[in-house]
Amino acid sequence: MKKALKKYWAVFVLPTLAAFIIGFVVPFVQGLYLTFCKFVTIDRATFVGLKNYAYALKDATFGHAFWFTAAFAVLSTVLINVIALAIALALTRNMKGANVHRTVFFMPNLIGGIVLGYIWLILINCALSLMGKNLIALNATYGFWGLIILMCWQQIGYMMIIYIAGLQSIPSDYLEAAKIDGANAWQTLWKVKIPNLMSSITICLFLSITNGFKLFDQNLALTGGDPGHASEMLALNIYNTFYARSGPQWKGYGQAKAALFCILVIVISMIQLKSTRSKEVQQ
Amino acid sequence: MLKRDKVVNRVLSVIFIFLSLAWIYPMFMILMDSLKQERAITTSSAFQLPTADTFAGAENYVNAVSSKGFLQAFGYTVLITVTSVVLILVCCSMCAWFITRINDRFSKFLYFLFVFSMVVPFQMLMFTLSSIADKLSLNSPFNICIIYLGFGAGLSVFMFCGFVKNIPVEVEEAAMIDGCNPIQTFFKVVLPIMKPTYISVGILETMWIWNDYLLPYLVLDRTKYMTIPILIQYFRGSYGKVEMGPMMACIMLTILPVIIVYLVCQKYIINGVVAGAVKG
Repeated sequence: MKKALKKYWAVFVLPTLAAFIIGFVVPFVQGLYLTFCKFVTIDRATFVGLKNYAYALKDATFGHAFWFTAAFAVLSTVLINVIALAIALALTRNMKGANVHRTVFFMPNLIGGIVLGYIWLILINCALSLMGKNLIALNATYGFWGLIILMCWQQIGYMMIIYIAGLQSIPSDYLEAAKIDGANAWQTLWKVKIPNLMSSITICLFLSITNGFKLFDQNLALTGGDPGHASEMLALNIYNTFYARSGPQWKGYGQAKAALFCILVIVISMIQLKSTRSKEVQQ
Repeated sequence: MLKRDKVVNRVLSVIFIFLSLAWIYPMFMILMDSLKQERAITTSSAFQLPTADTFAGAENYVNAVSSKGFLQAFGYTVLITVTSVVLILVCCSMCAWFITRINDRFSKFLYFLFVFSMVVPFQMLMFTLSSIADKLSLNSPFNICIIYLGFGAGLSVFMFCGFVKNIPVEVEEAAMIDGCNPIQTFFKVVLPIMKPTYISVGILETMWIWNDYLLPYLVLDRTKYMTIPILIQYFRGSYGKVEMGPMMACIMLTILPVIIVYLVCQKYIINGVVAGAVKG
């Protein structure tokens, strides 16, 4: 069968491969090369060595964006997962209307980041102005919490779905055995449900932490990085370095920042891969 | 014990009714605002319901559809999403089947590359990708699907490969012995078996492409084509004074079809998301 199949490689692999080379391999390699260049367009690039990286690491807005993003990613991950798990536990209790609630909580996921950002911009600004406070664009703290609220609203439903699927796949014998042994609800949760949910928990933790680090649309629409660069996250900072400034040096800086960002995301994913692998061995 | 459970459930269901209402409130607010007259939508009055005095009927919607380019943007978004998703489903499933069944050094290397591409953030490629798209004239809504196929191949191939591994080879070998060539085998035997995976990959890719902002914004020829997210962003960016009424109407028109589709195919969407998450 392999032999017969191999003859047809052009039909099966070529379309995807060609598009993949155009859409990923070439831009990635070029992008990597351009981190060492000063350029305005791809064709006119001069090699400058590690200068771009040196600048990117020294850039105060980039450093600020890193800490802002890291704080956001960690806090949103914790909040999203704790609330999503709590909701999932409640909705798997044979409660009336559980399906309707599930439908409602998941809904915001289908709305794109830009639209979500504007919906919450209007809502939060209205709430702030009724309280007599500054608008969101004038205060980075409000921007931070606004983004947290928005991400919770969007992502809790998604994680809840994964947790519900995980909870439903726990064999009912385990829960019955726990009941017969006299475990109360709290003990059942910690000793039976959560250990059996570990794979769902790992997936959700890493999904939400990478989502947090890569966040762009919501950041652009809700705060736009205002005031100054104070609520700018990494992806938006890179974007602004590229497109919001003129001058031949900025694109090189932006590309170097993007490469650093890329390394950061890859490291997070490697940790994820490792931790899921080690879980698989245990089971 | 049972009685206590019942009480807890009752208390919880009351709490959840309020929680659910709070969850829908932002969308409800936009709906109400979109029915108000322009002057009644200010920063501090967004929570107010339309009154007889400020009710604008469908005026904002008419305005959004007739003069703000909503219909074109909607049409382009549908076009891009449908062509890209169909292309991704067909090409990536074929590619995934091939590399899983052949499984030589080249296939393994390719698989590794696909997985790697899932991790790389878009910011790394955005500049080079958009200039390549310009050079190869992939910057129209009719051709951008090739970019989506290339950039989105990672996740889809990965998910299809995960499924193909569980299909017994014997079925395919039997088809080949009966005289099917590989193409017939794929479309007549493998494709029907993979139906659930097609649905989950299709849903995940649709959710991504429909809502994608930065890729079309950078790749498309912006003077001619806009997608819905670009249009909404454009409202605030370039109009000087933001016209809140039509913007609210646009937002409503954007999320309504999505919500309707969601309510109709809820089961598939939720299962697709679960399958995607467990494998991704």
